[in-house]
Amino acid sequence: MKYGILIDITKCIGCYACEEACAERWNNPVTETHELSAIQNTAVEDHDGTYVPRLCMHCEKPTCASVCPVGAFQKTKLGPVIYDPSKCLGCRYCIQACPFDIPKYQWDKLNPKVTKCDMCYERIKKGEIPACVEACPAEARIFGTKEELIEEAKRRIDENPETYYPHIFGLKEAGGTSILYLSDRPLNKLGFKVKLPEVPLSHFTEQIMSKIPNYIFWGGTLLFGIWWITKRRDEVQRLQKKLKEMEENNKKENEE
Amino acid sequence: MKIKNLKLTFWGAVFWIIVVLGIYSTILRFTKGLGAATNLSDKFPWGLWIGFDVLCGVGLAAGGFVIAAAVYIFNLEEYKSILPSAILTAFLGYLLVIVALIYDLGKPWNIWHPIIMWNPESVMFEVAWCVMLYTTVLALEFSPMLFQKLRLEKPQKIIKSLTIPLVVAGVILSTLHQSSLGSLYLIVPEKLHPIWYSSNLPYLFFLSAVAVGPAMVTIESYLSSRAFRREIEIHILSRLAKVTAVALMVYFVLKVEDIVNYKLFPYIFSLRYESLMFWLEFAVGVIVPIALLTNSKIRKSKKGLFVAQLITVLGFILNRLNVSITGLESYTQAGYFPKWTEISVTLFIVALGFAAFRLIAKHLPVFPPEVEERKTITEGFEVISMREVFKEQI
Repeated sequence: MKYGILIDITKCIGCYACEEACAERWNNPVTETHELSAIQNTAVEDHDGTYVPRLCMHCEKPTCASVCPVGAFQKTKLGPVIYDPSKCLGCRYCIQACPFDIPKYQWDKLNPKVTKCDMCYERIKKGEIPACVEACPAEARIFGTKEELIEEAKRRIDENPETYYPHIFGLKEAGGTSILYLSDRPLNKLGFKVKLPEVPLSHFTEQIMSKIPNYIFWGGTLLFGIWWITKRRDEVQRLQKKLKEMEENNKKENEE
Repeated sequence: MKIKNLKLTFWGAVFWIIVVLGIYSTILRFTKGLGAATNLSDKFPWGLWIGFDVLCGVGLAAGGFVIAAAVYIFNLEEYKSILPSAILTAFLGYLLVIVALIYDLGKPWNIWHPIIMWNPESVMFEVAWCVMLYTTVLALEFSPMLFQKLRLEKPQKIIKSLTIPLVVAGVILSTLHQSSLGSLYLIVPEKLHPIWYSSNLPYLFFLSAVAVGPAMVTIESYLSSRAFRREIEIHILSRLAKVTAVALMVYFVLKVEDIVNYKLFPYIFSLRYESLMFWLEFAVGVIVPIALLTNSKIRKSKKGLFVAQLITVLGFILNRLNVSITGLESYTQAGYFPKWTEISVTLFIVALGFAAFRLIAKHLPVFPPEVEERKTITEGFEVISMREVFKEQI
């Protein structure tokens, strides 16, 4: 069973209850700023009066999990993408690579961690719902299985075609995400940098990474081959030189 | 003599200033964290230490595998005299990359984790393994110099019998490593500026490394010939320059192909920061070196060759900084300029490299003795002794 969250931007009233619930869940301070940071794993951005809740998208094929050299990120069977700080070596490739710019870093700590939303994985495992969804008074965030959420999103678009922009964001973006968005306008007008392919981004590195085993085998063979040929050629040349010298010596001796 | 002493103390003073500032920055980095010691942020998670110390450091160490392949795989014996110093440069280069990583990684004590925690899908995983394995290979390739000094014959023999497998492994690992640094950026097609984003990135990175390897060997030979009063093997270096020229020509074709395929004309012919930086990089790193290095007069003059190859190296550095910093600025809509402590750490690491090279070259047989004393005419080029070079200048 894969869970997710459907975020309906048209319903968000900007009360920041989700931010407070999230801060409490992570033992973070409640902040005046409303943007994702190392102490804020969900944030409600204000785009000229339109409130846009942001949090980790929990991709189906997460870029962070693909790029992490030690596999510190993991897509769980329940849907959340979780992070294990004990594995992390702090290379920050996840921050560089995430197409949604979600992971943040504890730059001021001596034992820094990457921070991001984990969809309250521990709560979901216990059968509870994420803290931000529970706190939302406007039902701008609803929790459920991904199938249910897609059904619901389609129903809302069908029933209120004049309210919604007919696109479920997250259905296909970057290979699909567990967090889905409904909005009255395209999300690139609401701070999302969307020029995203419909394939997971790991597709672009897979193409080259999959060539490595072949390259090692063929490259190694080829290099040994070249070495063998050039070495042999060298030997032959040396022998020919010797032969010539011997012949010339013989000639000289004969002439004498 | 007096003038020379003054010169030495000047560079000595520079060295010690760099060391003192470097130690301060080191203490800052490891007591107050990355935030205090760098201008890195969530928008710019990779800065100078990755862009220069790692990306350029690895590339500039490429001379090791290029010369090793020439000598052992292609059996070009004449390059043998510059092999030990090229290996030493590469070995030190890789060690310094590891030092830089210890500064840059948030949790450097976990640096060994990729050994037991695998994610073969990750380019960074490949990078980590290449660094570990190739540093080991370089250490083994370097070890005969140490064994020779210590007169340990048995280990010397063992290493000698392993030479070919080691060199083959070194070439394979280098190819993978050089290209993988380009592959790192394949996963950010929407972030990296179109001028630099290309599915050819791994090939471009590899080619420019092959070009810059011989360039670095040339610079290293030139500088050490001055420091150690040796002759410059100009006939070898000038032939080596052809490797740089050919690699850059292939690079040129590949890049032009990218410009056409990715329809980059509107980008490169607009008056923007990115396009200016691209032209600077492309002119300094590709066009000018090709023009200079294909000219046999320049190739045969030691100063001309040195300057031409120095330009190659500068262009290479520009390219790596453009990919890792310039190319990401428009997406993040944030500028990045390294904090002085970042620059100071980088200089510190480079200075340590120079000092280590000097120390090792002084005590180990890095420069084969037969070359030092040889003054012969080889293949039409006269090998000029350094004393005469100095005479010219005085």
